[in-house]
Amino acid sequence: MSDTLTMQKPDAISGCGDLPVLRERGQREVFCGLTGIVWLHRKIQDAFFLIVGSRTCAHLMQSAAGVMIFAEPRFATAIIEERDLAGLADAHDELDRIVAQLLDRRPDIKLLFLVGSCPSEVIKLDLSRAASRLSRTYSPSVRILNYSGSGIETTFTQGEDACLAALVPSLPASPQGCPASLLVVGALPEVVEDQFSRIFDDLGIDVRFFPPRHAAELPPVGPNTRMLLAQPFLAETARLIEDRGATLLVAPFPFGVDGTTAWLQVAATAFGVDPLAFRRATEPGRERARRALQRYRCQLWGKKIFFFPDSQLEIPLARFLSRELSMELVEVGTPYLHRQHLKAELALLPAGTLISEGQDVDRQLDRCRAAKPDIVVCGLGLANPLEAEGMTTKWSIELVFSPIHGYDQAGDLAELFVRPLSRRARLVA
Amino acid sequence: MRLTVWTYEGPPHVGAMRIATAMEGVHYVLHAPQGDTYADLLFTMIERRAKRPPVTYTTFQARDLGSDTAALFKTAVEDAYARFQPTAMIVGASCTGELIQDDPGGLARALNLPIPVIPLDLPSYQRKENWGASETFYQLVRTLAGSSAPSGSKPPRRPEGLPARCNILGPSALGFRHRDDVEEITRLLGRLGIVVNVVAPLGATAADLARLSEADFNVVLYPEIAATTAKWLERTFGQPATKTIPIGVGATRDFISEVAALAGVDPAPLLAGDETRLPWYSRSVDSTYLTGKRVFIFGDATHAIAAARIAAQELGFEVVGLGTYAREFAREVREAAKLYDIEALITDDYLEVEARVAELRPELVLGTQMERHIAKRLGIGCAVISAPVHVQDFPARYSPQMGFEGANVIFDSWVHPLMMGLEEHLLAMFRDDPEFHDGATPSHLGTTTELEQVPAPATVQTEKAAVLWSSEAEKEVGKIPFFVRGKARRNTERFAADTGVALITVETLYDAKAHFGR
Repeated sequence: MSDTLTMQKPDAISGCGDLPVLRERGQREVFCGLTGIVWLHRKIQDAFFLIVGSRTCAHLMQSAAGVMIFAEPRFATAIIEERDLAGLADAHDELDRIVAQLLDRRPDIKLLFLVGSCPSEVIKLDLSRAASRLSRTYSPSVRILNYSGSGIETTFTQGEDACLAALVPSLPASPQGCPASLLVVGALPEVVEDQFSRIFDDLGIDVRFFPPRHAAELPPVGPNTRMLLAQPFLAETARLIEDRGATLLVAPFPFGVDGTTAWLQVAATAFGVDPLAFRRATEPGRERARRALQRYRCQLWGKKIFFFPDSQLEIPLARFLSRELSMELVEVGTPYLHRQHLKAELALLPAGTLISEGQDVDRQLDRCRAAKPDIVVCGLGLANPLEAEGMTTKWSIELVFSPIHGYDQAGDLAELFVRPLSRRARLVA
Repeated sequence: MRLTVWTYEGPPHVGAMRIATAMEGVHYVLHAPQGDTYADLLFTMIERRAKRPPVTYTTFQARDLGSDTAALFKTAVEDAYARFQPTAMIVGASCTGELIQDDPGGLARALNLPIPVIPLDLPSYQRKENWGASETFYQLVRTLAGSSAPSGSKPPRRPEGLPARCNILGPSALGFRHRDDVEEITRLLGRLGIVVNVVAPLGATAADLARLSEADFNVVLYPEIAATTAKWLERTFGQPATKTIPIGVGATRDFISEVAALAGVDPAPLLAGDETRLPWYSRSVDSTYLTGKRVFIFGDATHAIAAARIAAQELGFEVVGLGTYAREFAREVREAAKLYDIEALITDDYLEVEARVAELRPELVLGTQMERHIAKRLGIGCAVISAPVHVQDFPARYSPQMGFEGANVIFDSWVHPLMMGLEEHLLAMFRDDPEFHDGATPSHLGTTTELEQVPAPATVQTEKAAVLWSSEAEKEVGKIPFFVRGKARRNTERFAADTGVALITVETLYDAKAHFGR
């Protein structure tokens, strides 16, 4: 650990509690916020995402979506061309024309997001003006909102934050004086959402999820709302929901047995659930998850893991891997560190864990090679080159696309880290 | 603005990356925001390259825009030079970098690096990937080969008795079968006694580009990438370039004659050989059933035009559609389409291509990865003949498209998606039997309906074991992806039977999941 630290200028290191945080501002090797559309468009089933950007944005989307070429996906790009740049005046007319074309083709769309990109931000194309103008035209059948998924403002999962933040003003106000209810915030796979729903039902907690599966099912929010974040990257969304009067419940994130229990416990405490009832409702899940994890414990025990920054899930996952599977954390990179939302998580990391915020990819690769971890969590651009150097890698994007939250996914989550290790063991054996 | 769902080509700076990544010792500094780094995965994931592309992105952020993005660019160039020690560097901007007008070329020049630094001006809002690749290759060659001989002078003719030398131009990173085409064509040229001077850009160094003028002529394999460069080499060094693309038996034979004439050697011995199985396989009786198969062809111009010739003349298909997404080569494709009495489809709108395929109802689609998806949806057989590519277009085995072995590969890969001759005959005979019906696809191809039926044996087991599913559990199991659903169902039933559970609930389902692991 001291070796890796001395490679950096000492002024780049600052503390976060007793955890050293290395701040880097060099080349980043991370997706932009547009990528969030890949999972958001599947989550909100009647929403369409129209990126206002360049050919690069369109190419990114289909490359990030990989082989998932759908007949006609619920996202597309309005590609800015030379003549749009020549005179900004008609960019809005052009956008109106494209939205008309799109909505004519897709009458099933109830919610349309105009998604800003790097080029649209740089030329200062005002998408909020466009969204309110178009909303007037298409209301009430289609709601039109805007947010920025640009890489100059958002990193990967921050795109979801920006999208949900854009939806918050549309949430209805909950009626005055109605009983407290729980709002779980962050896109979750349906199967996970249903599992959590059942547990909250057993706890007698009235729960709603945000984002909803359909545009018309927006949950109400108000002073009686208790908000529990399901994802660690929702800074702006949480702030706006708090502005609507909701109370944020700070908890560890629901990964692994302990994380899930702690997350549920924070909600249970806020709603005054009887401890015995809590144990009854969570014990079967806890027990199953413990058994599922048991299978992988010896395979991950003592293994050194290195996280490149990607999704902001790194810190909660590192906590899960170190506390529940006894992995050794070499470096935990995160694109952005939200100290308040991650307060409970940071407290659970082993003392001295090196956290790096931001990135300078070449220097980070140097540190990674020097540390010789057993497994490296990194993006798709780095995985094969590192494998070719003899390292074992796990694509971080799979952690975003797979159901990993909650008791019944704890084993699956551990298995995601076991698989590359056991594969390598098989191939060299 | 243009509404785009899927794109055939990336932006022009991705074309530049294809050249830089193909070469050795060339580094590309790109003024671009962080999102543009996605392009690395094209090379590391799709092409399975073991090294990161030699690209440094400045990854400027919104907060940098107000301050000094130009300083950020200069630092990135200096750091990249110090770390990677390239022998030549290209510098430029992506679409967003272009808008902030920092002049990467001027900034890099001001650093006075002791290596050639070539500025690229790739207009992102007008041009696309192939154009970007072509322009990058041209600028690199102009700078690096131009300095090796004064412009306009011709190199001395080769002395009598020495073999003719040629360059192979066009193969790049992320190209459709470029790796194997180069090997096949190099071998073919070798058998004619022609020496390959330089292959570029694939595998070439800056020093190799400086030696381009030493060849007698150029072999242009992919005009999309190398035509501009070849024209310049012809003007500057008097090197003629080949025009024939050796894809298919006829085209390969024409190519042999063309290079033999350029090299002053006799093609007859090579042409007399029985080099490829395609002509015989095509004449053998099983292939009778290929006669008049309606085929739709779409891709880059080079591969589409070549495919149409093979389809019509060498396999006896009927070409019902021919098109390209490459507007730069629209004229050539229109000319080719006339040979088959059809109107060429020139578009980069994927939905338009899909509509045309649906309308023409071909029996085989020869296209790109995009057409593969169209064909899959419409239930039509398909073979990929052109970029854009996906991971499966980089097979582990030797699999060229060019030359005689390329013709063998093409016969196999185009005929495979079709009904085999005897099988089609039998299907027609037994059309009304329950096993055979009009909707049946060839037995050697998997179908989605078969996959969907995988859980079927489990239902039988359920009846035998008399284990019941609660409706909630039934619903829950339905949320599991279909390709693992059968296994989940069987495991749960086995678990229920082993533990004496009579009614499977959602709890049982997850208990079983925990018990069996994945």
